[in-house]
Order: sequence, then C-alpha cells, then structure tokens
Amino acid sequence: MNIVEKILARGAGKSSVAPDDVVFAKVDKVMMHDVSGPGVIKVFDKLKKQGISVDKLWDSSKVWVAEDHFVPSAEKVSAENIVKLSKFTKQYGIEKHFKYGMGQYGICHTISHEEAMVMPGDIYVGGDSHTNTTGALGAFACGLGHTDIAYVLLNGQIWFKVPETYYFKLNGKLPDHVMAKDLILKIVGDIGTDGGAYQTMQFGGSGVDEMSVESRLTLCNMTTEAGAKNGIVEPDQKVVDYLTQRGATNFNLIKGDEDAEYAKVFEYESSEMEPTVAKPFSPENTCVVREASSVELDKSYIGSCTGAKYEDLEAAARILKGRKVKIRTEILPAAISIYQRAMENGLLKIFLDAGVTVGPPTCGACCGAHMGVLAKDEVCISTTNRNFPGRMGHVESQTYLASPLVAAASAVTGKITDPRDL
Amino acid sequence: MDSFKKITSIVTPLDKVNVDTDQIVPKQFLKLVQKSGFGKFLFFNWRYDEQENKKSDFVLNNPKYENSQILVAGDNFGCGSSREHAVWALLDYGFVVIIAPSFADIFFSNCFKNGVLPIILDQKIVEKLLQETGMIEVDLKNQIIKTSSSKMSFEIDSYQKKILLEGLDDIAITFEYENKILDFEKQSKIPSVL
Repeated sequence: MNIVEKILARGAGKSSVAPDDVVFAKVDKVMMHDVSGPGVIKVFDKLKKQGISVDKLWDSSKVWVAEDHFVPSAEKVSAENIVKLSKFTKQYGIEKHFKYGMGQYGICHTISHEEAMVMPGDIYVGGDSHTNTTGALGAFACGLGHTDIAYVLLNGQIWFKVPETYYFKLNGKLPDHVMAKDLILKIVGDIGTDGGAYQTMQFGGSGVDEMSVESRLTLCNMTTEAGAKNGIVEPDQKVVDYLTQRGATNFNLIKGDEDAEYAKVFEYESSEMEPTVAKPFSPENTCVVREASSVELDKSYIGSCTGAKYEDLEAAARILKGRKVKIRTEILPAAISIYQRAMENGLLKIFLDAGVTVGPPTCGACCGAHMGVLAKDEVCISTTNRNFPGRMGHVESQTYLASPLVAAASAVTGKITDPRDL
Repeated sequence: MDSFKKITSIVTPLDKVNVDTDQIVPKQFLKLVQKSGFGKFLFFNWRYDEQENKKSDFVLNNPKYENSQILVAGDNFGCGSSREHAVWALLDYGFVVIIAPSFADIFFSNCFKNGVLPIILDQKIVEKLLQETGMIEVDLKNQIIKTSSSKMSFEIDSYQKKILLEGLDDIAITFEYENKILDFEKQSKIPSVL
C-alpha cells in the first residue's frame, strides 16, 4: 500500500484498502473557519429543528477553529459571524480557537502547521478546499463542505472513497531563483485544473527530499487547483524537526511500502525548472515568467496560505532589501508567529524601507474579501492560489499567480519580472 | 430535505468548462449563512453589470429559461472553493439537476447534502443536450433522461439515489442507527472515539 492507503486503512480499522474502496474512517482532527463555521452552525440549527440532539460534539479536543477570511472583521456581517463563532466554541468547549487580537491567529492552513495542529499519519478534514495544504506533513488532509463538517463534528467519522494516487517524482534541488510555487504552477499547467480530479497527488524524489517543509506545503496547497482529493508527502526527519520545534511529540510516521502502486508516475527535473506564472483567468494558464515580462502591473500582493509563510517572506526580503517598490505592494504574513519572526529577524524593516504596506494575517484580498482588493482593469501579481475572474476584486481585474520571488521582483520593476533579470 | 420528484423542464445551456464556485457565488455573499435567498446571487457577475442591471447576453437572463430546473454545463463544474453556498444558490434559484461531463469532488458531494442531483454524462451527450430546446424529463427513480427524440440512462450511487429520493440527509440517517453504532463501538478493537 502507499501512504494514503495505509492512513485510510488505519482510520477504517482494516488491514488493507485499495483505490475505489469506500471506507468509513475515524477522523483525527477537524477544522472550521469564519466562513465554514457559521455554515456548520446553520446545519446544527436545522438538525435541532428536526429534533436531533446536537448538544455534544464527538470530541471537542480534536476540533479547532480559525478566524481568517473576513478578519479583522471587514464590516458588520463578518463581525457578527465572529461573535457567533465564539459563542459556538464556548458552548461546545472547543479550546483551540485562534482569535484575532488575542495572540496567535492566522490563516487556518498556516495555523495547522505553525501550531502543529495536525500530525503525520492523521486523517484531517477542514471546511476549506485548501485543507490539502497540510498533507505536506504526511497526513491525509482534505476539504469538505459545511454539512460534511457538521457530520464529522457529531460522529467523528466519515466515508471516503480511497483515491488513486498520481506520484510526482521531482529530481534534483530547485535552483535559487525557483520556488516550490513555480513547480506546482508548472504541474497544474501541465495536467490542467481537473487533471488530478479525485486523485491523491503525492510528491517525492530527491527534489522533495531537498525541500523545506514549507516548500512542500506550497506544493500540496495547490493540488486543490488540479482538483485533487488531497496532496501528500511522506514524512521524514525534516517534518519531525519542524513539528518538534512547534511543541509536538509522539510521532507515528506512516510511509508507503517499497512496492506501493501508483495510478500514474510523472517525472520532473526540478533542478531545471524556470520561474513560472499563471496568467488570468485560470491557474492552468501558465507560462515561464520571461514570456510574460512585458505585462505592466498595478499591484503586487504577497499573502495567503500559499505564499506568506516565513520562507515566502524571507524570499521576498532577499529581493526587496535595499530596493524600493514601484507599484503598490502589500505583504500580509499568514500568521502572527510568522509576523513576529519577521519582526525579530529584520524582515519588516526591509519591507517598510522598500515602501511596502505590511498588513495583518488574513485571507484578505486573496479571496477578494478586503485588505487591498482590485479595481476594474487593475493588474496584480500575487503569491496566492486562484485567479478566476473577480477572485481578488473587480470581475474585470486581472491576477497573475507567481512565487514570492517573482512577486517581489515585479514589485520593484512594475512589470512581471524574472528574479534573475533584476 | 424535500424528496426528489421526476423533473420535466427545458434545459439551461451553460456552455463553459471549469465553472468555478467563485463564479457561481462571488465572495461578497459568503458572509451570509441563511440557506434561502442565495438564488439572487447565483452567477452574479455574469448576470449583472456594475449598476446591477441584467446583462442581456447571459443565458440566465433570457426569459425563455426563466423556469428551467436543469442546468447543463461543461467539464469540471463546481471547481475551486469548497463553499456550500454554491449549491444553495443553484437550488434557491430553481436548479435541481446539474448535468456535466465531470464535476469537482467537493461540489459533487455538497449537491447530495442539499437535494440537488448532479448527473455525469458522456461529453458527446452533454454537447447534444446543450443544443436541446424542448422539454426533457429526468427520472431519478429509473435513472432515465428523456428528450423529445431520445432516451438515455445515467449512473448514480445507490445510496446517493436513496437519500435524494427519500429526502434524507446523512446525519439524520446515521442517528437512526445510534444504538447499533454504540454496540459496534463496544465490540470494536480499534480505540474508540465516542
């Protein structure tokens, strides 16, 4: 069995499972945020009306809650949702509620790794499509709708069809000017936005071994853009060290068998990769950065679960150090812990000296919520994960998806720029 | 949930692939959580211009399709964000059947939680349905679609068919078996989560 089959077999209490088996599996962790949470509350209200008891969750210690999409509260409706969420977590005794303005908080997927909320081998579900991100820790991590999250909160289990696995073998260390973001954009461009539909996308090979945990998180994050059920990397010592630094103990490192089977194997020479962008209006609409270098920009946005981890900010700082931005540029660290390290290590000074606006952790303009959304005809380069029409603001604005290095280099020139051409 | 009846309706052709949930319900409406009333936000940016006037070239604004209950679209319908609001909007607008050659996973699953029937049909058949101007009938019980000139069957998981036909939902069904679940948990060798 491969790693996903082993994790699902464990959760289902079976000795083995195979692709297309439907299993009822115990869930280890469940997450909801300020958009899916109020949706779940609505489902609970409906159940109450049907006379079903929703007085108790299956295990409130396994549930955690993030505030990220519309925080700090964008206007009165989102403020009310935050109040609703706080009442809910208090009522059900959910202690792990990361509230803005009260220490650590941030984008749910970022909190999942920054706070070691999810462990290797876990079955982890979240009320958000980018829950796939956390598969980089060696967990089976996938997104669910509100009703399914409500179901898990009450029952602690849910059914899965065991996915087939596409294995992406990445050969060689990425060059200095290339990031995991470039690689995953290239892959989504190659296989298309439904190229991984209901598949596991597993990443391995020397390119992944060489990669930091945060780079692996970027890879798994955008498996969602290929329609994958989940993304995953087999856990190694780097994952153990990363989570240990964040307070985790007791690891159960599940890995695939030597003779594990994969539905398809794709090979990439990661050492020969080029900086890549996805042009409007689809993440699959990719080309190398140098082919798009004539595009004039209005904005650069460095934020989101995809592109505002510490490593992403560090990459941006490498470019911005001693330089000035030519277009509006925003950097929103994805969690308070990242914000703090950026301050301690001098990154914030580099950003502010360059003219950047540094914002609070939030999904913000990535989903067009607030904090720098785009006007009609504005063109933005962004470290986020989606560029559908209207995703970041006006339906006639344009977003190019890119790595933090490219977004920072482009901020300096005002045009889409390969970091080597600065 | 209402139980699923036989549907007879003209089809609304939405000849686009990769229709994502940002287009189905744009982000500004996600803050709202009431399940009803989302129909007015459906395909908001395609239906309305900046002054919120109807765009005459968008299919939903063609009076011909006003009472249509069946939407036909291209590959990978419902991709993108997991927002269940997308299904709420389609249902509230009046669509109870969505036909496409393929669907995004979370969207597909969300349909069954809300009494919407997603049907996967071969690309060529979908292309024909996009041109269909007459009434068609979707009979879930017998898994048959009838058009004026043809008749075709479609596949659906038997459990998902049952919950739609009987108007059940997963949580209510599970609680019908509460005693059996507790018995199983007592005998189970896997560490219990209950």
